[in-house]
Amino acid sequence: EEHERYFNVEQVRLLDRFSSKSTSGTLYLTATHLIFVESSPSSPSSAVLHHHIASVEKLSLTTTGCPLVIQCRNFRVVHFVLQRERDCHDIYSSLLRLLRPVAYEELYAFSYNPKQNDQQREEGWQLIDLGAEYERMGVPCDQWQLTDVNRDFKVCETYPRDLYVPITANKPIIVGSSKFRSKGRFPVLTYFYQEKKAAVCRCSQPLSGFSARCLEDESMLQAISKANHNSRFVYVMDTRPKLNALANRAAGKGYENEDNYSNIRFQFVGIENIHVMRASLQKLLEVIGNRSLSMSDYLMGIEGCGWLRHVKAVVDAAIFLTKAVTVEGASVLVHCSDGWDRTAQVCSLGALLMDPYYRTIKGFMVLIEKDWISFGHKFADRCDQLDGDPKEVSPVFTQFLECVWQLTEQFPQAFEFSEWFLLQIHEHVHSCQYGNFLGNNQRQREELQLREKTHSLWAFLMEEQQNYQNPFYSSVYGKTHPVLEPSTLPYHFKFWRNMYHQFDRSMHPRQSILKTIHTLKETSLKSAQTLRALENLNKEVHLNTSAWPKGKESSYYVDCFQCCVGHTKE
Amino acid sequence: MEFAELIKTPRVDGVVLHRPFMPTVEGTLCLTGHHLILSSRQDNTEELWLLHSNIDSIEKRFLGSLGTIIVKCKDLRMIQLDIPGMEECLNIGSSIEALSTLDSVSLMYPYFYRPMFEVIEDGWNSFLPEDAFKDLEAMTDEWRLSEVNRDFRVCTTYPPLVAVPRDVDDDTLRKAAGFRHGGRFPVLSYYHKKNGMVMMRSGQPLTGTNGRRCKEDERLINATLRPGKRGYVIDTRTISVAQQAKARGGGFETEANYPQWRRIHKAIERSNVLQDSLVKLVEACNDQSHSMDRWLSKLEASNWQTHVKEILTTACLAAQCIDREGASVLVHGTEGTDSTLQVTSLAQIILDPACRTIQGFQGLVEREWLQAGHPFAQRCSMSAYSNSKPRHEAPGFLLFLDCVWQVLRQFPCSFQFTEQLLVLLFEHAYASQFGTFLGNSAAERVRLSLPEKTVSLWSWVNRPQEIDHLSNPLYEPNSLVIWPSVAPQSLLLWEGVFLRWNRSPRCQEEAHEEMVHIIEYNKELQNKVNSLRRQLAQLETQEPPLQTP
Repeated sequence: EEHERYFNVEQVRLLDRFSSKSTSGTLYLTATHLIFVESSPSSPSSAVLHHHIASVEKLSLTTTGCPLVIQCRNFRVVHFVLQRERDCHDIYSSLLRLLRPVAYEELYAFSYNPKQNDQQREEGWQLIDLGAEYERMGVPCDQWQLTDVNRDFKVCETYPRDLYVPITANKPIIVGSSKFRSKGRFPVLTYFYQEKKAAVCRCSQPLSGFSARCLEDESMLQAISKANHNSRFVYVMDTRPKLNALANRAAGKGYENEDNYSNIRFQFVGIENIHVMRASLQKLLEVIGNRSLSMSDYLMGIEGCGWLRHVKAVVDAAIFLTKAVTVEGASVLVHCSDGWDRTAQVCSLGALLMDPYYRTIKGFMVLIEKDWISFGHKFADRCDQLDGDPKEVSPVFTQFLECVWQLTEQFPQAFEFSEWFLLQIHEHVHSCQYGNFLGNNQRQREELQLREKTHSLWAFLMEEQQNYQNPFYSSVYGKTHPVLEPSTLPYHFKFWRNMYHQFDRSMHPRQSILKTIHTLKETSLKSAQTLRALENLNKEVHLNTSAWPKGKESSYYVDCFQCCVGHTKE
Repeated sequence: MEFAELIKTPRVDGVVLHRPFMPTVEGTLCLTGHHLILSSRQDNTEELWLLHSNIDSIEKRFLGSLGTIIVKCKDLRMIQLDIPGMEECLNIGSSIEALSTLDSVSLMYPYFYRPMFEVIEDGWNSFLPEDAFKDLEAMTDEWRLSEVNRDFRVCTTYPPLVAVPRDVDDDTLRKAAGFRHGGRFPVLSYYHKKNGMVMMRSGQPLTGTNGRRCKEDERLINATLRPGKRGYVIDTRTISVAQQAKARGGGFETEANYPQWRRIHKAIERSNVLQDSLVKLVEACNDQSHSMDRWLSKLEASNWQTHVKEILTTACLAAQCIDREGASVLVHGTEGTDSTLQVTSLAQIILDPACRTIQGFQGLVEREWLQAGHPFAQRCSMSAYSNSKPRHEAPGFLLFLDCVWQVLRQFPCSFQFTEQLLVLLFEHAYASQFGTFLGNSAAERVRLSLPEKTVSLWSWVNRPQEIDHLSNPLYEPNSLVIWPSVAPQSLLLWEGVFLRWNRSPRCQEEAHEEMVHIIEYNKELQNKVNSLRRQLAQLETQEPPLQTP
């Protein structure tokens, strides 16, 4: 297929969203990006990736021209004014065609080429190894085994091939249980808390309706219970509000009846569904997009949209999970409806609270790979990668990243990564530039041959990891505080300005502590190198003054000197 | 001695002290004339030394013979004392109530306090108007220091020396004073070196309903304008409030009489509204319920953040008129002792890099708040927990500090001091061993002989170890005007004051220590590199040794 032809429009004005400022320049449309190059040569150009565009709107013609407003999934809003209506229409209709492809192969990841050879690409994909991760947790072990029941995605097509179950859960139990669970998502292990041998398991809702029961499913929960000698019961956390779970019974789904399952403790935690979350964030964005927002409207808007309430609910659920596992030593089975949205949020956030490894850069990648990608969070649907059902789109993953950010604010030394890491991951979840988040589940990813045809984001982030380091991180912190105990008093939850206003520079602090400290740390690193070099040189000179390496010294000296000067003036 | 009469039970054993995020302490409670002391009689346990004047209110509860007193402090801290014995508890309670509400200034602790540190520089002389004027003289000769208020007769709330236009004589000043609320005729607040524009402040003009005018007042403020230039009057009240003021003899500058001035009205609230706002905010912060909606709606209903935004916006406007428009500005509200000072002092934070240093900031507080006649004694006699009906109390100064904190948050490298200095000033404005914030004006401070009988807070702050403690490790002098964002999304709740006692301080402190460590390590490395380079350079210039054949 022929690539979209490049075309450009001159004398376009880019309006600042919150002030009366504007800049003028030229707008270029390419196959993958919309690029604005400012007229003044020193200013940087800015590019909008087509995949990032959530909506394009052509406003009615004004005296100054034809306005084009583009809303992006990374919360950027660009407001262009084009002189001629025709140009505006051309850009508009081209964008509409480009922004939501119908086939995966049209996504940027399949054409993105970072100049790596096949071997490098392959190594990038091998960076995260989930088998090794389960080994790190301590499974398989005497109570938990790897099952090959889903080797061919036959039992559950949205689960990964490798799954961990209690040793007493045999194939008939697994298959039976899977038939009693929505989308076949039967209970499997997602995190093992070695210290207490307590497991975090996940699944989807049971197809219990008003009275149905399934002996295999009951045996499955029994097996999970038996695998943990520390506790006589298993918590079953239904992350939905009770009312939603009740309503599901009419559709033949529902929740576990405590009478049918021996040794379970059932608990609702009340996180709202994807539609509520979508509407909530939409409202939040409307509030903060208001140009002359009063403080009162802002605070009432934050309250009214409910976003922070939802964020708090997710964190509250994760804390409940963490306490059950680490304090009581009980195993917990987490589910929602299909077990790929709220369940993913709660399991991954809980693991983050329980295990310092997940608070490192590499560990956080592993966590996302495990709880989100491998267990089938529907990234394609939720992030609107292809032209699909708008009702399936929801900021569930964004919300998870925000929960993590809220925790980093409470524990400034606990996380190896800074907010920039979270923002970058968010950027690429929507960019479709790397293969990691394409598709809805592992089976689909294999069919798309993503490992062969695209690159892995994790390798790219790993290479740049010094940019994402939290300078305040203390590796000792994880040892002294293996389990984080955040406060969930409401004032600990703040509006995440650097996410939702990340492109609105006028809202940001004019000087950033993070950036300054980051630079200082890098400077120190270079100074330490210089110092070592100088010390060696000094030693050399003192040892053998007779063989004074005149020429060599000078150039060496100059190198060191430049190294020092180069960064003191940062 | 009167104190002894008020102390019914001077000491009680077996008292248990509860403080948030700290282990409980059991010990002996002692009451002295000025302090509530709890001693565990163990060397390593921190004891409680609380100034009675820091106590805003107390609450008594009884459970059998065990009494509990909850002490609510002006710095917003809350502590709980479990006192065995009902009578002891009642006695302690009534003593605290009496001692914390002493009427006579001369019984206040600053008159009894003797410094345990060496006074290097007497703070009472650190920021004299004549010294500040010397700096002004070095920049311009258009201003003079008038002694018209030498004996505080022209204006009871002004200092004896004020800067006024050189060409305006004292007689004109006297007449202008008669036309301004409280005799507060327009005086110089700030001179913008970059373009010679000035900011003045005053009380409202007393135009009344008849539209009275005063030629001298007009001459005085017009004397500050360059030929052909217009100035701005920033009235901190809304137009309707300013209109209403006419009925009480006040008013505003009309276009007809002040044709060279453009008037802008803003909406900074008055004292009683602000006090109410503080009470509501603190109540919201102490609400331990876990409901997000409740918290946000209470925060909103307190209006505190709205006040912060309004004050900052007005200060930005004043700064903008001066720096961007190249115009001079006159700021006033009604009395010119509250919202006016918030605006003039904050505008200087924005415009003048000198105000962002530790010394400069103290100078600013001294000039624009203490000397300028902000009635600290009245405004800070009660804080957020008081049960009494507020009379003149208002957190105007706290709001100013909050606004400075907001700017500091946005420009974390442009201030020589940290948040600690702001918190310290908040504490001392409400309760202190120092005399700095006693009294309501310069005249009162003279009458109370404060400089002779008490120690200045500045004497304590300006010691090397304290300066060191308050210094911002990130500071890089920034000579530019700093424009803060006043969007609601950019303004935060000042946790360092309002959530200070509701959160564990450890995490933040450790991160701060880590930051200091990173900066110091960096400096140390740089120094080592530099000294090694010097050594090598020396070696290089030495005669090369003879080559052995």
